[in-house]
Amino acid sequence: MKRFLTAFGFFALLVAAWHWACVQKFWSPVLVPSPESVGRYLWESALDGSLAEATLVTMKRLLAGYFIGIVIGLPVGLLTARFRFLRDTLGMLALGLQGLPSVCWVPLALLWFGQTEAAMLFVVVMGTVWSVVLATQTGVRNVNPIYVRAARTMGSRWLHIWIRVIMPAALPFIVSGMKQGWAFAWRSLMAAEIFVTILTGFGLGHLLHYGRELHAMEQVIGIMFILVLLGLLADKLLFSPWERWLHHRWGTDKA
Amino acid sequence: MSIQDEVTAPPPAKLAIDRVSKSFTTARGSVHALDNVSLQVAEGEFVCLLGPSGCGKSTLLNLVAGLELPDSGTVVADGRPVRHPGRERMMMFQESALFPWLDVIGNVLFALKLKPGLKSNERQEAARYYLKLVGLEKFMEANIHELSGGMKQRVALARALAPNPRVLLMDEPFAALDAMTREQLYGDLQRIWEQRHVTILFVTHNVREAVSLGDRVVLFSPHPGRIHEEFRIDLPRPRDINSVEVAGYATRITRALKQHLQEGAPAP
Repeated sequence: MKRFLTAFGFFALLVAAWHWACVQKFWSPVLVPSPESVGRYLWESALDGSLAEATLVTMKRLLAGYFIGIVIGLPVGLLTARFRFLRDTLGMLALGLQGLPSVCWVPLALLWFGQTEAAMLFVVVMGTVWSVVLATQTGVRNVNPIYVRAARTMGSRWLHIWIRVIMPAALPFIVSGMKQGWAFAWRSLMAAEIFVTILTGFGLGHLLHYGRELHAMEQVIGIMFILVLLGLLADKLLFSPWERWLHHRWGTDKA
Repeated sequence: MSIQDEVTAPPPAKLAIDRVSKSFTTARGSVHALDNVSLQVAEGEFVCLLGPSGCGKSTLLNLVAGLELPDSGTVVADGRPVRHPGRERMMMFQESALFPWLDVIGNVLFALKLKPGLKSNERQEAARYYLKLVGLEKFMEANIHELSGGMKQRVALARALAPNPRVLLMDEPFAALDAMTREQLYGDLQRIWEQRHVTILFVTHNVREAVSLGDRVVLFSPHPGRIHEEFRIDLPRPRDINSVEVAGYATRITRALKQHLQEGAPAP
């Protein structure tokens, strides 16, 4: 609670400083809108439902693509870890493509899927999957072989070893890979939404883009604020519980 | 079968290792780890395999465990050739090899869940029984990283004992512990061994440790790994590692070891 209050106080201070700078007319209100106008935009768009709808559209794309990315990336990572041939081929491909910002896939995605949800999904999957593959591969390759030997003497075999020993042992790596995958997916989706209009649903990226076209900087900043909030929320809800458990179990939090 | 039946009716066990050889190919060429090694272990016997590093004693343990297969020769446990690892031959390692993603009782339950025919409450009962046996009943829900080195090896011992194996294979399990903890564990191990009548193969490079634990000490010589000499230790139990009798045996064995190392020094 105390830490929450500290963070809250910090943000309140930031907004106060921003407000003060606007009152003092440091910048033209055309360049930097006041916190009040941003708040007004957020309030109005919350009331007319456009904000909630856009958030829903974006989160749906993100979660679906992220989920597909993990479902593909996890087994592929296990395979590339297990077979040297796959590591030298698929693993290398993953390493290369992980370095590619996945927004680079947008032109091809549009060509292949048109202005559809599938195109958005494709970009998100491309952002997620390679990080998950590489993290899983690294995690599995770092599992202490003595765990596997011990499990084998206890009667553990093939699938049981993979599911009950190797995957949990690689979990710290896998979770950090999933976190990285999330960050990449999030960035690429935003870029794609700002870049392309998809007629089946207007996401947060589109709202930001319209803000730019209408030169409504309070809208741009308002959406940015929502994006930051969602990012923080995802970290706290999706990853923090895992990481806390890992630290507790592995004893890695007493540094 | 309840835990009480298992304790009162210990299963028979016997190991026959017959003319076993094993080589490994490494980056620096071929290593002849074991050369024509034969060894018989009686049911309920405590045998220590002693020798300098590189003499193949750990390899022999892995062969008996079924983690590796011999190039030639046979390993027979209870009349059946060993081809796979099996619950009836449990292994303990120098590192505890406990799983950090499970708590203490979870580690013991891991072994028990792989044993067919046990109900959930029977597994719980067995896990508690063995953790109590090694004196860790207060630490069932502890995380592995919270335990000291000695406690970790106790949990590893409980985990190895839990599926009620006929043979316990121990690969320098106490080598990384401090002397005081080690002496406590010597006492515990002898007590448990006498209670449970398991057969133990114990690998060590510590002569006194071998003498104070084993019915028999088998001395290995390296390059290639062979059995050099055997010593029967006729001392009453429980033995004290600091006693004069243990020291007497240890001196004799150390002398044999040194003599052999000088004779058998590898050609330049």
